[in-house]
Amino acid sequence: MADALRWQLGTVTEIHQETPRAKTFTIALPLWTAHHAGQHYDIRLTAPDGYQAQRSYSIASEPERQGLVELTVERIDDGEVSPYLHDVVQPKDQIELRGPIGGYFVWDVGLGGPLLLVGGGSGVVPLMAMIRHRVAAGSSIQTRLLYSVRSPDDVLYPDELQMLQDHREGVDVIYTYTRQAPGGWTGYRRRIDRAMLKEITSQMEAGLRPYVCGPTLLVEAAANNLVELGIPADRIRTERFGPTGT
Amino acid sequence: MDEQDGDRNRELMLDGNAAGGMLYDVFSAEMTAAPTECASCGRRGEIGSLLAFTQAPGLVLRCPSCENAMVRIVRAGDVTYLDARGAVYLRIAR
Repeated sequence: MADALRWQLGTVTEIHQETPRAKTFTIALPLWTAHHAGQHYDIRLTAPDGYQAQRSYSIASEPERQGLVELTVERIDDGEVSPYLHDVVQPKDQIELRGPIGGYFVWDVGLGGPLLLVGGGSGVVPLMAMIRHRVAAGSSIQTRLLYSVRSPDDVLYPDELQMLQDHREGVDVIYTYTRQAPGGWTGYRRRIDRAMLKEITSQMEAGLRPYVCGPTLLVEAAANNLVELGIPADRIRTERFGPTGT
Repeated sequence: MDEQDGDRNRELMLDGNAAGGMLYDVFSAEMTAAPTECASCGRRGEIGSLLAFTQAPGLVLRCPSCENAMVRIVRAGDVTYLDARGAVYLRIAR
């Protein structure tokens, strides 16, 4: 861990526009170490006058991919770091970062399941790392992702999630659209509530491991509802962040 | 602090997970999974589950149940001030 927390210069090898507001940066790391799904990296920018700004970004990729990490970053218009990453950084540029960081909001196949992933907006990023890790490790742990988004345009990784659904390998993806659903949509179209969580967890095996990540209000509502549904509070892992709504 | 500032602070609120890097700087240990206890209401939970206010010139970790300020860290150059009177204990595992 001592080495992991040294600042290092990573090289951006690829930038992928995920949605109008989110890009995934693939970054090659000279001091790469395998992360745990759910961990993040700190990115630090330094201005010519020495002013520094630092933010944490969740890892989207699985630890099985050696030597690089993928960070999906949502553009916060009045932010200090994400507009620079979105508008200025190009492939082959170098970025200062350190990680992987975190031991609380993490999951490895060794922890077992079944895995209940509840994500709002870009809160799906660390959950995607867990799903990708589960797939890469060849695990058959029952996994359900409840993904709350404003509209179809805001869905991160839509093709990959569709493929996981189609392959029927035990990864279910359930969407709820809070503002605008696709045409002909018959699924959920409201904020996550207790009735929704009850329906989703009722078809899952016992011993659930819930991971909830998203804006504060969503995280608190989902975590409280899961406790009321009888899931022990100390099994529920949460990660909350501020400025984006779902 | 007027109400608008309060809203803004809350909007920018993160949690103890996001403070993992800074906590590592101070304690030389992974701290987000470390258990702690609120000195005000007695809630027990991991550092990662605490509310984190990082936009101030420092870090404030608050209890998610009663919002008591459990840990305050301010860094100025090579000097770090740590005020953890709001926590009964912190566990540092190196």
